Amino acid sequence: MEKTSFFKRPAVQTLLASVLCAILGIILGYIILCFMNAEHAGEGMAAILTNFFKYRIASTNTLMKYMGSFLVKSVPVILCAEAILFAYKAGLFNIGVAGQYTVGIIAALYTSLALGWHWSLCLLATIVAGAVWGFIAGCFKAFFNVNEVIAGIMLNWIGLYICNIILGGEKCMNQSKSETFEISDLNPAGLLPGFLQDVFGGNQYMTIAIPITIIIAIVILVVLNKTTFGYELKATGHNKEAAKYSGMNAKRNIILTLVISGAIAGMAAGLYYLTGVEHFKISSSVPGMGFNGIAVAFLGGLHPIGAIIAGLFVEYITLGGQYLNTNYYNPQVADLMISIIIYLCGFVLFFRTILNRPGKVKVNANAEPNKTAKKAEEKEV
Amino acid sequence: MVLLIQYTLIFSAVLILVALGGMFSERSGIINLGLEGIMVFGAMAGAMVMVLLPSDASKFTIIALTLLAAAVAGMVSSLLIAVACINFKADQTLIGTALNMLATASATVIIKGFNTARSGGTDFSAKLDYVRGHNAFMFNIGSLQLSWFIVVAAVLLVIAIVFFYKTKLALRIRACGEHPQAADSVGINVYAMRYIGVLMSGFLGGLGGIIYIAAANSTWHFDYGVAGAGFLALAVMIFGQWKPERIAWSAVLFALFRSLSNVYMGIGFLHALPISGTVYNMFPYIVSLIVLAFTSQNSRAPKAEGIPYDKGAR
Repeated sequence: MEKTSFFKRPAVQTLLASVLCAILGIILGYIILCFMNAEHAGEGMAAILTNFFKYRIASTNTLMKYMGSFLVKSVPVILCAEAILFAYKAGLFNIGVAGQYTVGIIAALYTSLALGWHWSLCLLATIVAGAVWGFIAGCFKAFFNVNEVIAGIMLNWIGLYICNIILGGEKCMNQSKSETFEISDLNPAGLLPGFLQDVFGGNQYMTIAIPITIIIAIVILVVLNKTTFGYELKATGHNKEAAKYSGMNAKRNIILTLVISGAIAGMAAGLYYLTGVEHFKISSSVPGMGFNGIAVAFLGGLHPIGAIIAGLFVEYITLGGQYLNTNYYNPQVADLMISIIIYLCGFVLFFRTILNRPGKVKVNANAEPNKTAKKAEEKEV
Repeated sequence: MVLLIQYTLIFSAVLILVALGGMFSERSGIINLGLEGIMVFGAMAGAMVMVLLPSDASKFTIIALTLLAAAVAGMVSSLLIAVACINFKADQTLIGTALNMLATASATVIIKGFNTARSGGTDFSAKLDYVRGHNAFMFNIGSLQLSWFIVVAAVLLVIAIVFFYKTKLALRIRACGEHPQAADSVGINVYAMRYIGVLMSGFLGGLGGIIYIAAANSTWHFDYGVAGAGFLALAVMIFGQWKPERIAWSAVLFALFRSLSNVYMGIGFLHALPISGTVYNMFPYIVSLIVLAFTSQNSRAPKAEGIPYDKGAR
């Protein structure tokens, strides 16, 4: 009895399911490494998992510096995940986050490099850019009934090509290196102000992006759970017709959801590119950040705080791929592991519904034999 | 102009096959957003066969084995969707997205590993060259260079139209996409029908993938995936209102816009316009957005698509 109620607590289930996903992903990753080169698989996995902690031998300072870079690189993926889960709570699968992130990159680098704006205005521009891109998708959904997934994907590609045109120009792109200029060279005022840089070994990329990310996660948590607006969004997501019947403006809610989601995604790009840690290169595929955000959102159990933890985990694995010995493996193994984890996340929701089904746990165990659920129970025992 | 026709035919072939795949899957009730990933798997398998076949293989062997490998790889990868979405009732959008990521990541890893092993550790790229295989598919009618792929696509289109309207099996699949409970009540196995629908999409998507990379190119970088072609096919399917013959002509329309970005250099007045080539790349996506805006309002999407089948639901 005690145990049943323990399993039924949503927080426990979420945590359990996500941890299970992550562990299964790592195990499958190990198997893939074995296939590629069995001899060095253990070593390779250790490299991914030890990651930048291998610098602990060097000095605490170096370790903290790498830790800082790791945190900075986690910011965009966490914020993209927040954008996705916010829309998902309102019943919209905002796959257009990738495109909203891309137009965020345009806004960040163009305002900073070509126009030489102050960082606060640059950041505002990224938010507006993302919001506009979300607004377009929202209008297509609300007024023309275009599936937001298809509209989002089309907008992703349009955004990417616009990005290539604008940032490929001479004002932003260092033609000899074929990547965008350093913000610190052209427009030092365009860089985000530092945050606890001394603690993290003088890491120049440690900026206010990190506290802002945490604040946004908390704001989303509060808006979704404690406000009428959040309730309306969730109600619209559950049943559009019922929400309309009870006097909510469903069309407005759809558009507003995608605008907010897009604004967060645009800001993700701003908070990342305005630190100067990353440069844009002409690309023939949409930045993967938005798609990794989907992984993080689902791995984090669609919870704003869970997304932070999941984001750190996913970034840790991605970063780990770079520590692999390239004589035996290529870094994309880490991407492969992440995509496996997302795939497994599809089963997580099912696992949770099984546990949530009234009386299911007590009545019988063989009604719906389920591999994932069984494995999870074994792990718990 | 000849070049424009060539490219339009090639892209039509790709879009028709992949969109038909999407149609069969959605008609059975499963939204297949993983078409892009299925195409990548099909393309990878087909390209590897072309690379690995001995140089004295006959044209027919090359063509048959390449198509077979692509179709089988497509079907196997579509099983990832089928199992998750039909048996485990997973979120179909999420699984489709995951499959797309999985496909690009694993294609990159596999091709890189393959190249490294074959070159003895000097070639780390994710690129395959298959000039010989590419040439095997080509034949000429006058000055028009055609590919056997187009013939295959045309034959499959005819088969699909006949199958879709004239067979019992297709009627059953369609019933499962509209009202699975009703279909179940008259003894149709909903799970089996949905498996058939998804596997057909895997078959057609895999073929579409190999055509996409091999009909107009003789090398391919697998770290790019198939650059959104699968999603374009979904737009074609929606524009075609989930009906094979309408999908066919809307595919030709989309293919025309898509090929403009490849050949605008050769067309005098288009080249003279002060527009960069990137704008033409954007064209098919903008056009499909606008077209969707006009066609989605009275969308005739299968009613039960996207909803996992629950026997107990009313």
